Amino acid sequence: MSATFLGMPGNFPKNAAEAVQNSQLRFNLRKATHTIRDKRAAVVGELPDWQELRAAGKAIKDHTLRHLDRYLLQLEEAVTRAGGTVHWARDAAEANRIVADLVKATGETEVVKVKSMATQEIGLNEALAKEGVTAYETDLAELIVQLGDDFPSHILVPAIHRNRSEIREIFLREMPDAPAGLSDDPAALAEAARLHLRERFLRSKVAISGANFMIAETGTLVVLESEGNGRMCLTLPRTLISVVGIEKLLPTWRDLEVFLQLLPRSSTGERMNPYTSMWTGSVEGQDFHLVLLDNGRTGVLADEVGRQALRCIRCSACLNVCPVYERAGGHAYGSVYPGPIGAILTPQLRGMSSDLDASLPFASSLCGACYDVCPVAIDIPEVLVDLRAKAPHGAAERAGMKAAGWVLNSERRLGAAQRLASRMRRFVPKRRLPGPLAAWTDTRDVPDIPEESFRDWWERNERA
Amino acid sequence: MSAREEILARIRTAVAGARDDGPADAGIPRGYRAVRQVDDLVELFAERVRDYRAIVHVVPEDDLTAALARVAGGRRLVLPEGLPGGWAPGPGHADPYTADGVLTACAVAVAETGTIVLDHGPGQGTRAETLVPDHHVCVVRAAQIVGGVPEAVARLDPSRPLTWISGPSATSDIELNRVEGVHGPRTLEVVIAT
Amino acid sequence: MRVALFVTCVNDTLFPGTGKAVVSLLRRLGCEVDFPAAQTCCGQMHVNTGYREEGVRLARRFTEVFAGYDAVVAPSGSCAAMVREQYPKLVRPGSRGAAAVAEVAPKVYELTEFLLDVLGVEDVGAYFPHRVTYHPTCHSLRGLRLGDRPARLLSRVRGLELVPLPGAEECCGFGGTFAVKNPAVSAAMGADKARGVLDTGAEVLCAADNSCLMHIGGTLNRQRSGVRIMHLAEILAATEESR
Repeated sequence: MSATFLGMPGNFPKNAAEAVQNSQLRFNLRKATHTIRDKRAAVVGELPDWQELRAAGKAIKDHTLRHLDRYLLQLEEAVTRAGGTVHWARDAAEANRIVADLVKATGETEVVKVKSMATQEIGLNEALAKEGVTAYETDLAELIVQLGDDFPSHILVPAIHRNRSEIREIFLREMPDAPAGLSDDPAALAEAARLHLRERFLRSKVAISGANFMIAETGTLVVLESEGNGRMCLTLPRTLISVVGIEKLLPTWRDLEVFLQLLPRSSTGERMNPYTSMWTGSVEGQDFHLVLLDNGRTGVLADEVGRQALRCIRCSACLNVCPVYERAGGHAYGSVYPGPIGAILTPQLRGMSSDLDASLPFASSLCGACYDVCPVAIDIPEVLVDLRAKAPHGAAERAGMKAAGWVLNSERRLGAAQRLASRMRRFVPKRRLPGPLAAWTDTRDVPDIPEESFRDWWERNERA
Repeated sequence: MSAREEILARIRTAVAGARDDGPADAGIPRGYRAVRQVDDLVELFAERVRDYRAIVHVVPEDDLTAALARVAGGRRLVLPEGLPGGWAPGPGHADPYTADGVLTACAVAVAETGTIVLDHGPGQGTRAETLVPDHHVCVVRAAQIVGGVPEAVARLDPSRPLTWISGPSATSDIELNRVEGVHGPRTLEVVIAT
Repeated sequence: MRVALFVTCVNDTLFPGTGKAVVSLLRRLGCEVDFPAAQTCCGQMHVNTGYREEGVRLARRFTEVFAGYDAVVAPSGSCAAMVREQYPKLVRPGSRGAAAVAEVAPKVYELTEFLLDVLGVEDVGAYFPHRVTYHPTCHSLRGLRLGDRPARLLSRVRGLELVPLPGAEECCGFGGTFAVKNPAVSAAMGADKARGVLDTGAEVLCAADNSCLMHIGGTLNRQRSGVRIMHLAEILAATEESR
């Protein structure tokens, strides 16, 4: 069983400092993020109306969030009318309880799962294990993570940190039916996973999924995927349980015309992902349950600046362009939501009481690349800066920033400080500054302090 | 208070200060293209499906029966209920779990993205029948091809189960190397009837 | 036209040569330049580190100091973006100082914007016979959307050979206090940027922001690379006579 992220120790700078030393990880991440980044740019560039689609996507999500209560009730009615059952869960524990009870009511002790961020967020697999139910991940990357007793490190490509030989070793060690002569060829590894899961798909009576979109008007759920494991899970088992965050809603069927263009191109960098399944209520005699999950989302909704994070459609384009993610990797963020979106989502969903969560809003150089590629125009730097104002700060830093503020709030004090620095210029070490500034000189020289500030030069030459 | 009532109450409190933007759609800017101007829908669709490494045949409607017989090539195919007369290249194989493939019609196809959409109506099989066999042969009539996604969404009925298919099953989970054929059909063969 | 120079606190304190270059360049192009002595800092460091109160105080101060000018020119994409893009959100409409922000913020220009959009000059009469590469800093690129403005100006500098920087649009890793709060990632980004600079074979790395240059230059210096960093203004100010 893969472990859960909750209560992970450390903080981002510390985790990242370890990660940047891992040459294998750096190589894997650079190759992977640059590959998807370029694919995305190519297929987004094909659409002359991308900015219009982006504006529509943003507006549709904002409108939905403004009237979320109304649309959730409309969805509930439509799903119920189509033969499904709707459940509501305030938090992770309640959602896990509902799912566990539904599974136990079927008498089954095994379930198959489609990759879902919501069920990872609530630690569903671990909760089910405590109830004697084994959850099998069926997405190839999730399977690699689960078999390796590992954490996912990317929203779309959870095993992005693993290379082919590492994956081969995991399969040989943890997959009883792996062929003895298994090579590290990706096609051979995918074939091994296909055979490993084939029987399980045909045997399983219960499946658990998330959803990319829910349509309030029609009660339709939508799942985008590539491998066909999603179609297997959504189609073959007798009982289907979907756990979906309440923000995944879209008001109308027509709205899909926007999001089915935005998501695949932003996410996998394809014109369209191989498979998209859509279903409304109970289909072909299946027993269908929808669990609507809050788990902190209504708290995010209450924040005027932060609520835009709820527009997120989990495409992971922001991860693939983020220079910080590329070097720190997903694990450093200590959450199922890594990268720029994780840095604004995790502290809002979990709060900032842990060292790790409080460090996340600072895990960015505010370069703005994430905002540029976001298909629903989430201004991630804006939310980061807003969260930084709410985050706890150390006493020494507070004192330093207050002092700096005091100096900068008077041209006389600033001038005096500059003259002091100029007089001391010979004594400023170029290569080893004291205190927190040592972090600068560990890798960078200090610029020369000039003999005279600009303002003194101007005063001397121009004021007369 | 039930979870339902509590979540709804939290939402109402959370958005209480936000500006009411009126009814759905009133303020949504839909300046994107509703219709694609495409000179040759068949050509674009065929090109885009081939990009996914699917097999594409373009045949005149009159030759369809003969073309399907060639494509079937003696494979044991699931032939779903409601398949148009004359398409069946031979006797159908009922069990998708032991069949070599499946032959279906489709509901709509999207040229720009190279996508076929099944609504699992007549001739399109159940969801399992189009998923379990390793080879999917899908017939698309030229009139079923639309330019872009908005036109396809408008043609579809959301009360039906829908499967959007863009190329064969694939994964890029190992070092971003694309591998075709994981759990869904490893081969997708599209026959466009013009 | 009453033009004020907002030199920025970093340039004022550490890179006075950049301020002097702007003054000489603008005068050469016929502008009267004033330096309001009460100016200090735009407040970006405080706001972006989470000290909004100090930031708002500095923002109000800025708008008071620069009220009444036709244009305010800053040799920093980052500080210009702070004033123009962030001030209106920081000092909320209706709150004290909001009217002053609405009045002053739109008149703040980054140097290349002022030269091309206001003065309409592409050839500033500069001479700089060196191989130069240009790093488009994030706030110039994605904040202000300077686009090809710097390249257009540089391409008209006599003697200058402009070589493209690989991975130009990627952040250098400075990020203000990010450089000390996340030193490992910042340094890793800086190392990659420095490698890109070295790959060009340029003698000079130039940018519209000295803070980023201080970071990349500090990294290049530590490596004894011999590559010089220079603010764009200093290249545009250079003439055959000034050599």
